Amino acid sequence: MSKRKVKETHMPVGECISQVQMILRERFCHQRLPEKPVGMESQHKHLLELLRRTAVHGESNSVLIVGPRGSGKTMLLNCVLRELLEVKDVNKNVLPVHLNGLLQTDDRIALKEITRQLNLENVVGDKVFGSFAENLAFLLEALKKGDRSSSRPVLFILDEFDLFAHHKNQTLLYNLLDVSQSAQAPVAVIGLTCRLDVLELLEKRVKSRFSHRQIHLLSSLSFIQYLDNVRSQLSLPQDFPDTKFYDEWNDSIKTLCEDQSVVDVLQRHYNSSKDFRSLHLLLMLALSRVSASKPAIKPTDLLEASRVCMVDSKANILHGLSILELCLIIAMKHLNDIYEGEPFNFQMVHNEFKKFLQRKSHSIHNFDKPVVMKAFEHLQQLELIKSMDSSTAKIQKEYQLMKLLLDHSQIMEALQKYPQCPTDVKQWAMSAFG
Amino acid sequence: MVRYFTRLRVRRIYKWGGRPYIFDRKLKSYGFEYLNMSVEGQEAVTTVTPGQYILIEGNDDEYPFVAKLLKFFGDESHKQKKALVQWFLRLSEVPQNKKLLLGRSPHPQEIFYYLGRACDNEINAESILGTVHVQHVPEDTPFPEPGTKDTLYVKLSWDTKAFNVLDPVLMQDTPASTPPKPALPLFPPCASPTATPVSRGPVRRALPTPDPTVMRRAGSVSDTRATMSAGKRSTLEAESIHSASKLSASKILSAKRRGSAADTPGVRKKLQLSIGASPGKKMTRADVLCELLDEEMESEKVISLKLSSSVSHSLQHGCSLSPMRSVCKTPNGQRRFPWKLSSISLDRLSPTALGEQDFSRATTPSRRKESAMAIREPALGVLAEEDSEDSPMQPIALTPRSKRKSAQLVSLRIRKQLNLLDNTQELISDGDDDCFVPSKKDLQSSSDEEKTVSEEETRGRNCKTSVRTPHKTPSKKVCMAVGGFCGACVICFYRNLLDNTQKLFSDGDDDCFVPSMKALQSSTDEEKSEEETVVRKTRGRNGKTSARTPCKTPSKKVTPSTPRHATPSIPSRTVPARQPGNILDEARARLHVSSVPESLPCREQEFQDIYNFVESKVMDGTGGCMYISGVPGTGKTATIHEVIRCLQHASDMDEIPTFRFIEINGMKMTDPHQAYVQILQKLTDQKVTADHAAALLEKRFSNPAPKKETTVLLVDELDLLWTRKQNVMYNLFDWPTRRHARLVVLTIANTMDLPERIMINRVASRLGLTRMSFQPYSFKQLQQIITSRLNKVKAFEEDALQLVSRKVAALSGDARRCLDICRRATEICEHSASHPSSTGLVRMSHVMEALDEMFSSSYITAIGCASLQEQLFLRAVIAEFRRLGLEEATFQQVFVQHRALSRVEGLQPISVSEGLAVCQRLGACRLLLLEASRLDMLQRVRLNVSQDDVLYALKAVRD
Repeated sequence: MSKRKVKETHMPVGECISQVQMILRERFCHQRLPEKPVGMESQHKHLLELLRRTAVHGESNSVLIVGPRGSGKTMLLNCVLRELLEVKDVNKNVLPVHLNGLLQTDDRIALKEITRQLNLENVVGDKVFGSFAENLAFLLEALKKGDRSSSRPVLFILDEFDLFAHHKNQTLLYNLLDVSQSAQAPVAVIGLTCRLDVLELLEKRVKSRFSHRQIHLLSSLSFIQYLDNVRSQLSLPQDFPDTKFYDEWNDSIKTLCEDQSVVDVLQRHYNSSKDFRSLHLLLMLALSRVSASKPAIKPTDLLEASRVCMVDSKANILHGLSILELCLIIAMKHLNDIYEGEPFNFQMVHNEFKKFLQRKSHSIHNFDKPVVMKAFEHLQQLELIKSMDSSTAKIQKEYQLMKLLLDHSQIMEALQKYPQCPTDVKQWAMSAFG
Repeated sequence: MVRYFTRLRVRRIYKWGGRPYIFDRKLKSYGFEYLNMSVEGQEAVTTVTPGQYILIEGNDDEYPFVAKLLKFFGDESHKQKKALVQWFLRLSEVPQNKKLLLGRSPHPQEIFYYLGRACDNEINAESILGTVHVQHVPEDTPFPEPGTKDTLYVKLSWDTKAFNVLDPVLMQDTPASTPPKPALPLFPPCASPTATPVSRGPVRRALPTPDPTVMRRAGSVSDTRATMSAGKRSTLEAESIHSASKLSASKILSAKRRGSAADTPGVRKKLQLSIGASPGKKMTRADVLCELLDEEMESEKVISLKLSSSVSHSLQHGCSLSPMRSVCKTPNGQRRFPWKLSSISLDRLSPTALGEQDFSRATTPSRRKESAMAIREPALGVLAEEDSEDSPMQPIALTPRSKRKSAQLVSLRIRKQLNLLDNTQELISDGDDDCFVPSKKDLQSSSDEEKTVSEEETRGRNCKTSVRTPHKTPSKKVCMAVGGFCGACVICFYRNLLDNTQKLFSDGDDDCFVPSMKALQSSTDEEKSEEETVVRKTRGRNGKTSARTPCKTPSKKVTPSTPRHATPSIPSRTVPARQPGNILDEARARLHVSSVPESLPCREQEFQDIYNFVESKVMDGTGGCMYISGVPGTGKTATIHEVIRCLQHASDMDEIPTFRFIEINGMKMTDPHQAYVQILQKLTDQKVTADHAAALLEKRFSNPAPKKETTVLLVDELDLLWTRKQNVMYNLFDWPTRRHARLVVLTIANTMDLPERIMINRVASRLGLTRMSFQPYSFKQLQQIITSRLNKVKAFEEDALQLVSRKVAALSGDARRCLDICRRATEICEHSASHPSSTGLVRMSHVMEALDEMFSSSYITAIGCASLQEQLFLRAVIAEFRRLGLEEATFQQVFVQHRALSRVEGLQPISVSEGLAVCQRLGACRLLLLEASRLDMLQRVRLNVSQDDVLYALKAVRD
């Protein structure tokens, strides 16, 4: 036994690393629920209490959980549900129905989904039911037949609640909220949304039926807490098999979080967003650089990951352009400067380019117009330029008005990094007037 | 079912047949013997005669109305063809909410005897479609196996409130195929049934009279009878009530009878006995007794009549419910009070007067007996009541029928028996012409022979066997004999009581009496036995149990409902819901919007207006529309529901005619045309397509139908029923204007000017000007609402309530909001309490917190909690707006500002992609309003919050 334990505690490094990656990946990617939601204790209590009352007392309720993306709405709800289902009385009693505004894009689909999740379709045998109207009548009938004390409470969880408000007449919301306000089967309608103005979306009569309970998840997380969170997220759990590696890893994480450059990177991220999802992405990138030969996260890994995260998406595209396309973009930049952001067409860009060729160019050959046109179209396909007219068919390609979707800084940065960029092109780009 | 022809397909021709006879000289109406129906272009002629069961054209082609034809009459010109009918109902015609009262699944061909008064029993003879065969099935026998589709079965009666066991007598055919009768003298109408003190017990309504016209009055009459003879009521009580009520039905009845009975010698004779009793206010015992006996006499007479008449008919009677059963019950059950009156205690009476069997039977309460008692008693009363009814068909003393031989025989016999009072043996032998004296010994000995399950059954059988012999003689005679015999027995009793002699209550007397009743019953059984041996056998086999517990009788299998009509339900919970624990829980439960309050405060005026509107329409049997508007949460739907609840109550109390309430909600349907489907489904339980439903409803509301109760239709969220052509709205408002529709439409919407705004003229015009507007609640009203809901549960401070109501009244006047806030405040109070058990009242601070939660905008908090870059971006937006002097900028412009600001703040500038991400995040929270993101850098940005709010929030963050 002891032998085995010793053996276990000294796993090969590679195995340890794969273990670590498995544990941490599950944390970052599978959104595993934490033991206790951090920084939202009061909201947690409120929601738990509310749902418990529905489950235990059969009281109908409706509530909205509002918070920006990545603020932990779903996490909070799932924590509450997990806790609720642990209660013995509740376990067999509640019927959760999960709906998502992105999946159930109209009421017909939503109704079908509700019926399926409530297992009501068994009632009608294997008959597929007919019309939307029948469906609605069927469900309403089912809910109406229940009463507070005898029927099982139904928890309607509407993810992306705001999208349900865009359904025709808001029929589904009206009916669900109406049930929650009348003596029918007990229901709890839980909406999750990131829109702060969600109530304004509701029709008057729907709004009146909503209980106006909103749980706001607005994290006022300080940087210190953020840093602590990073540390705890990266640390290994206590039950890690190899104790030696466990100690080493946790120590390395501790030192990592004290490193100034790492703190700077995290501060930058924190300034940008307090969202845990983007943090997870960053840590995931850093984690993927850990290998058997390098069994710890080094500050450089984090810096590199941060660079990948922060990189401008268009800069990468610019790096892959040909010289001709780059020249066209510079010509467009000059046109933008001259005409103060007014749209341009191909002819203007071509003229500008020709001027450059005549005056300054030594390294660039003269291209035929169709070739230049082709390059222009490529830029359009890459969405670096965008057509301003909606009716593209009527106007000749050369005269379609376009706008550049690049910032000056992006162009200059791309030029700096462009491999073997001719100096005259660079100079042309820098010069104030073409 | 006899083929009938719908009006759509063929034209039918109706012709009177037989010799017309004057029916009412004043009205110049003539009666006719039969009606010939033929189809145009076809030879076949259907003859309809009174007494037959007919189908009457109704709303539904497939299920026409069923009725029993009582008689035909018309005017001088012979053009107008009218008929009097006794209605039968199909289950589909029973109001939806009452269907459950049946307690079992109905037989598809089952119909119910209609005892209500709402339907006019006079119909146009030309709406008769044809004849149908109706069969009476006794209560505890199963329906015959389906196979004969043309037969309808009747088992129960329906008096608009409950299903009752149908008295088999009701189903007997009108005797002598209703020969034309001369006009009868009209009697003054009797005391109105509502005027008499009514004891609404489990009084069953069924009448042993053969005349169905009288049947229909049963509902009204049985009430009066209930006071007379309710078994549980003590006699003294009953008497006091009688004397108290000026229009005591019994007195009137007895008086009437005295007058009317003069024609029958026997009755007259008997009445002489009681003539000494003055019809003053106080009734003597003798009077009461006399009265009761009167009734008995009459009932017996009628029964004998009926029996004589029914010999020729092959109708079925419920064996257990044959009329004389009650009389046999009377010694121990109902008739207890006359004896008490005559100061003969029951105790003394029972061992002697009653046979042992009989007594034991009386003491063991059996369901069968009770039902029999219950039915019999009012039935007797109805007979009496008939006298006063001015119905054209008087079956009793004065009717020519009663002058027929059988009646005379009966009376003769009675007279004879009066003379022979002292000797019971003689009496019995005399009464029993055909030598059936089922003495106790006989009974017992024969019971040994018979293998029967129950005592009751034995007795019944014994009697039967004894009757069997005489039955070989012409059955008519038997019946007469039995009838006379019964009468004799009763009179014998009467005399016994009068004389107050113990001697007469000898065993022999009683025994001979009781089985004689049995015999009568069994004689009816006998008649039926030929046709209904099957039923008999089952009864015999089931014996007592089947008779006593009808529910246990093998009923037909429950037909599996079709999946389409399956009513789904949420599975029930395994653990029962917990009841509220502390006072705050209690308050919270009471404050929930769903809890129905005892009363609706603050809407008294509106309630009254709507109530009056609907009530008047229901009373008049007309139609109308009403439009009700008001912002959400002002109690529109709740008030109407309250009105309907009150009206339902009133109609249950018979103050107004019954009506039907249907509710549809524009939001609860997927398409305006679904309104038709839902209305039709709620009216008739049919499921059809929208177009078909519209056609059916159109037909239903435009055609006259003899049986029609007012329909009250509530249309909630009317604006959702708007269509381009507005035909749904048009129809909804047009139907009430039809003459025969009897439809009241109550519509609800939020906006006051909806008719003007969205309705075209012809729709708005039909909606009419009956409008009502529900004003938002004032703070006082809101406060009253909460207080009344809390109903003495002390959970709130007075000030706290006032704060909530003032706040809500200022904002919306929405009662739902008010209740929600209060509920939230109780939660906050509960949580803030240091100890869960020591929760105090809900204070101002709690309410303030709840109000804050619900009303305060979260934008400022959201800005405060945003990340640094997001805050910076907002500042950049404002800076760019100031620079441009516009409230709108492209992302590119803002981003330039943002970059400059970050340099000022000493932050590393972010890339465009990051900037866009920040911008999108703010857009997702709707702090910013953004154009579609495919515009990339060119998308325009606007603020969704005021600049001041943003600056305020940002300043707060920096400080």
